[in-house]
Amino acid sequence: MDWFPLFNSLRIASISSILMFFASIAAAYYTARLPRVIKGALDVILTLPLVLPPTVIGYLLLLLFGRQRPLGMAFERIGLQFVMTWYGGVLTAAFVAFPLLYRTARGAFEAFDQTLAQAGQTLGLSNTYIFWRIRMPACRQGILAGFVLAFARALGEYGATSMLIGYTPGRTATIATTVYQLWRTGDNRQALCWALINLVISAGGLFTVVLLERGQRKEVRYT
Amino acid sequence: MSLTVSIRKRLGNFTLDVSFETDDPITGLLGASGSGKSMTLKCIAGVETPDEGRIVLDGETLFDTAHGVNLPPQRRRVGYLFQHYALFPHMTVKQNILCGMRGEKDRVVRQHRLDEMFDLLQLTGLEKRRPAQLSGGQAQRVALARMLVSRPRLLLLDEPFSALDSYLRDTLQPALKGLLHAYGRQAMLVTHSRDEAYRLCERLCVMDEGRILRADNTKAVFANPGSVPTARLTGCKNIAPAVKASAYQVDVPGWNLRLTTAQPVPDGIRAVGLRAHAFSPDEKQNRFAIERESEIEQPFEWTILFRCAGQDTALPALWWHMPRDKKPAAIPRLLGVSPDDVLLLT
Repeated sequence: MDWFPLFNSLRIASISSILMFFASIAAAYYTARLPRVIKGALDVILTLPLVLPPTVIGYLLLLLFGRQRPLGMAFERIGLQFVMTWYGGVLTAAFVAFPLLYRTARGAFEAFDQTLAQAGQTLGLSNTYIFWRIRMPACRQGILAGFVLAFARALGEYGATSMLIGYTPGRTATIATTVYQLWRTGDNRQALCWALINLVISAGGLFTVVLLERGQRKEVRYT
Repeated sequence: MSLTVSIRKRLGNFTLDVSFETDDPITGLLGASGSGKSMTLKCIAGVETPDEGRIVLDGETLFDTAHGVNLPPQRRRVGYLFQHYALFPHMTVKQNILCGMRGEKDRVVRQHRLDEMFDLLQLTGLEKRRPAQLSGGQAQRVALARMLVSRPRLLLLDEPFSALDSYLRDTLQPALKGLLHAYGRQAMLVTHSRDEAYRLCERLCVMDEGRILRADNTKAVFANPGSVPTARLTGCKNIAPAVKASAYQVDVPGWNLRLTTAQPVPDGIRAVGLRAHAFSPDEKQNRFAIERESEIEQPFEWTILFRCAGQDTALPALWWHMPRDKKPAAIPRLLGVSPDDVLLLT
């Protein structure tokens, strides 16, 4: 059995969710302090990929990053081509994974007790220290749960991916596109095998989320 | 030691407009919830920014809109004890306290200060605990230790006892007072408890709806509150509108009384206040007939609610407090009030 789709899926899901981890935290942190109207508008835009059909996302990405399109040409100049390469897989996975991370990170930031940050400031702690050593650990469980969800979603991405990068065995094949190809060519045994692999990884991820959410008893009460 | 504050800040339809100056060791901010006490402290600490004004501590300007000065909280060296202590939940007690001296690079000095603080605040044995495993009193001591190791020039305490039960509150108040005096820097304490304010603070600023009504020596504020909200905040139970009758007499139409006063009656008088413990059947002056309405029994006190003869029915009954053992066998027909105890409110 050719293990390339597993490797490719894992690398696409890992890279995209790690990139989006930082992007979504920055977005959540900065939007949390914006005025309500702007926050609402940004919320809509940043959450849209969650509800749009994957084909629409794929089509829009082709419009933006196609080889004859301005963005696509700009990236090609620095050696990054998204169409029909696994980089494109990272791009689409990042798009669909971002809203999940963004929403959970924002929820966690909004639940954060601001007096902890203020206490840190009056104690002379730098704002960087407060962010990474106080705010992030306090929001850790929420953000980690978002990360796992985003990873699972990135792993399961099919529609936009197949439109942007297609299916080339050994080059762009992911688990999702491989299952489709195997089913189409009537190879039910292998299709089932890949389906089970995907099921195990995703179920493991979701189980982690459940564990994280159960551990989320952050509020300190003195007796 | 001195602190000068003069700030304004708008928050929706609430305006904070506060000016005061103090060089007393412990200054209290007394007010109902939502009167702007905590916001005032947060502006002094620098975690909130006023719209305009200036804050000067020991001659150093911390904030001044006229000169574009706004020191970040990290450089103000002002300690803040939060109402719920704001201990970092994922750190141990020791790590929490070490956060107060990350600026101190010398390990020996750090260890020395840590030991000193563990002794002073009886924290030995709690080093490895997390905030969730502490009692309220312990959490308060850890938060105090964390604040004190940062060597602040000014201590701000935001309702330090509100998270504790009443027994703990009473036992910890003298301890905190001793600690603050031993530390030897100015402190400001926010409270809505008149007892706490009276016991701990030499000086009091009474706040109402974002403004300071009265800033004076604590005893003077209680002896002569001066205005209706201040009288209420200092615990005066009986207040009614009044008009000047003569230089040393006021009429209280609602209670159907004319009271003789020790202080000259100001022209702008709006009300009088009579504290619940000011009445006595043996007082010879300001005597009036009463009708008992009901009684409230408390563990160590007795309260009789009464109405004056001819009292306006729209006004509530008056409160008369006495120690339980001083409760008269029969409710007296007449009560008196010393002219010294008639509070003139404008």
